[in-house]
Amino acid sequence: MSQSTENRGTPLVELRDISISFGGIKAVDHVTVDLYPGEVVGLLGHNGAGKSTLIKCLSGAYQMDAGEIFINGDKAEIRNPRDARAYNIETIYQTLALADNLDAASNLFLGRELVTPAGFVDDARMEAETRKIMGRLNPNFRKFKDPVKALSGGQRQSVAIARAVYFNAKILIMDEPTAALGPHETQMVAELIQELKAQGLGIFLIEHDIHNVMKLCDRASVMKNGQLVGTVNVDEVTDEDILGMIILGKTPEGVSA
Amino acid sequence: MTKPPKASAPAKPSLFKTLEIDTRLLGMIGAFVVICLVFNIITDGRFLTARNLFNLSIQTVSVAIMATGMVFVIVTRHIDLSVGALLATCSAVMGVMQVQMLPGILGLGSPLIAPLAILGGLLAGALIGAFNGWLIGYQRIPAFIVTLGGLLVWRNVGWYMTDGQTLGPLDQNFLLLGGVEGTIGATGSWILGVLFSLAAIWAIWRARAAKIQHEFPVKPLWAEGALMAISVGAIMGFVAILNSYEVPIGRLKREFEARGEVLPEGYSEVYGLPISVLILIFVAIAMTVLARRTRLGRYIFATGGNPDAAELSGINTRMLTVKIFALMGFLCGLSAMVAQARLANHTNDIGTLDELRVIAAAVIGGTALAGGIGTIYGAILGAIIMQSLQSGMAMVGVDAPFQNIVVGALLVLAVWIDIQYRKRTGEKV
Repeated sequence: MSQSTENRGTPLVELRDISISFGGIKAVDHVTVDLYPGEVVGLLGHNGAGKSTLIKCLSGAYQMDAGEIFINGDKAEIRNPRDARAYNIETIYQTLALADNLDAASNLFLGRELVTPAGFVDDARMEAETRKIMGRLNPNFRKFKDPVKALSGGQRQSVAIARAVYFNAKILIMDEPTAALGPHETQMVAELIQELKAQGLGIFLIEHDIHNVMKLCDRASVMKNGQLVGTVNVDEVTDEDILGMIILGKTPEGVSA
Repeated sequence: MTKPPKASAPAKPSLFKTLEIDTRLLGMIGAFVVICLVFNIITDGRFLTARNLFNLSIQTVSVAIMATGMVFVIVTRHIDLSVGALLATCSAVMGVMQVQMLPGILGLGSPLIAPLAILGGLLAGALIGAFNGWLIGYQRIPAFIVTLGGLLVWRNVGWYMTDGQTLGPLDQNFLLLGGVEGTIGATGSWILGVLFSLAAIWAIWRARAAKIQHEFPVKPLWAEGALMAISVGAIMGFVAILNSYEVPIGRLKREFEARGEVLPEGYSEVYGLPISVLILIFVAIAMTVLARRTRLGRYIFATGGNPDAAELSGINTRMLTVKIFALMGFLCGLSAMVAQARLANHTNDIGTLDELRVIAAAVIGGTALAGGIGTIYGAILGAIIMQSLQSGMAMVGVDAPFQNIVVGALLVLAVWIDIQYRKRTGEKV
């Protein structure tokens, strides 16, 4: 599954030497990670290790204090979520970031509404598009008219995923996409990740479940206390190796990717 | 934006569900009808007369216009306590321009006086509102504090501008905007009624056509027909009521004498739709379109539902706050224009306690203080309900303190009913 990273050309994303601190606490401390097309990179670590914070620098939710971001080898300026979207970076947040009072279509197109020639929002067309994509992602989805607060956890998750997938993402960030899901839905997300990967997307996957990491990821970058412990090729290590990295903060000998 | 809450998988849809009528709207209309009937009985039929309904409608306009703006403010989880004070400042700007400044420059009675004064007042309102929005959105001062301070500041800026004096007489053209001085007569009212009816039918038909085009389920034809009939009936009924209010003979006599003519025997004239009510109708339509059919409206409701999600979707929520408060300020200017023209002069205490009436109208109309939920028509209905209660009590001869006690208690009661309603339908409170 994994290839040697040296001869794969330019990474899709390179986060180089990123630092960000909040009130004197270094949430992310000189971390460098990268991501290639068609690859899933797991980001692991305890709660508060800095995974979500690091990734929010890429999605534009936070502004890093120091460091550089390269997209396809070019330096990128990401100051806000709009900039990130312009680089085809889509994010599925742990909280899902849905407006509970709006329906699925309004959430899917939030910030990128389809409009009529007169400049009004085209609800009918947005709903039609939503039905199309949901038909592919979650064929059982029916509640197109209800506000998303009336949906189940899995349905809400599929709205959030549809939002990321619909706009032709090249880089996908998933923050614990299966944390609130049942086994069946988790399987659906796993299949989707495989499918998107086959389409050549690069995916950053924040995940706590080691089992999922071993199953879904090509490489894993482990963080502890805001610092990068190391990055390994998943099929060259065992569960215990990765757990050791998370808990002890030590990279096993000779497996660094 | 608030759609009728649906129960979980009912076997057979109820009548209201088939018609897709908001049950909350029905509740409010029901409350209004009950209020009207009760007062009509107590006053021996004086409440439901064309004259009283005409007065009721022109008294409601000022608060109702501001209430539509307050919906957006509350939907985004803010509050504006300064609308009454802002109205006073806008009114002072219009008053000073009309009475003291412009006649000296343009000459008394110039047709430019009214438009320029209005422009000045609207601009003042929008700018002050935008400034409030900047303090709230960019400086992160809570709206409650900014507008509580604003309540004192703008009330007294208005006072300072006029030295506390009443300004009048106002420009003749300006007075047309107040209500009784400016109506469009019977024929004009009927024509507008027909136009609005056609527009309502067209809107319902077009919504159906759009659904069919995308192969969405549609209501049965009879339901669409019933909706059209109800809309047309309401519009034409309202016009018919206003068109049956005759101008008093004494007033007609004066008007004819002023033109050097004699009032012919048996001549009568009706008021028809007041211009101020037309202004409210246009504000209501514009604000509803803004809320439902524009990106700005979508962002307002999204921000109210989940500010973080809105921000992460690339919505500039700070600028949005500035826009919302600028719009609120603009509407305060518009209300100032109507209120001042109705009262026929600028007084120092114009708009006093309007902030409470406006907030109450929006809340009684179903705007949730938790944010994300509210409708323009609800706020206007809320304003009508409050005004009908207040003028009904005045008619019956309820003492002033009791009137305010009832209105205050009503506000609390309305919110309580709203909480019970949302609990039952499983919405967040």
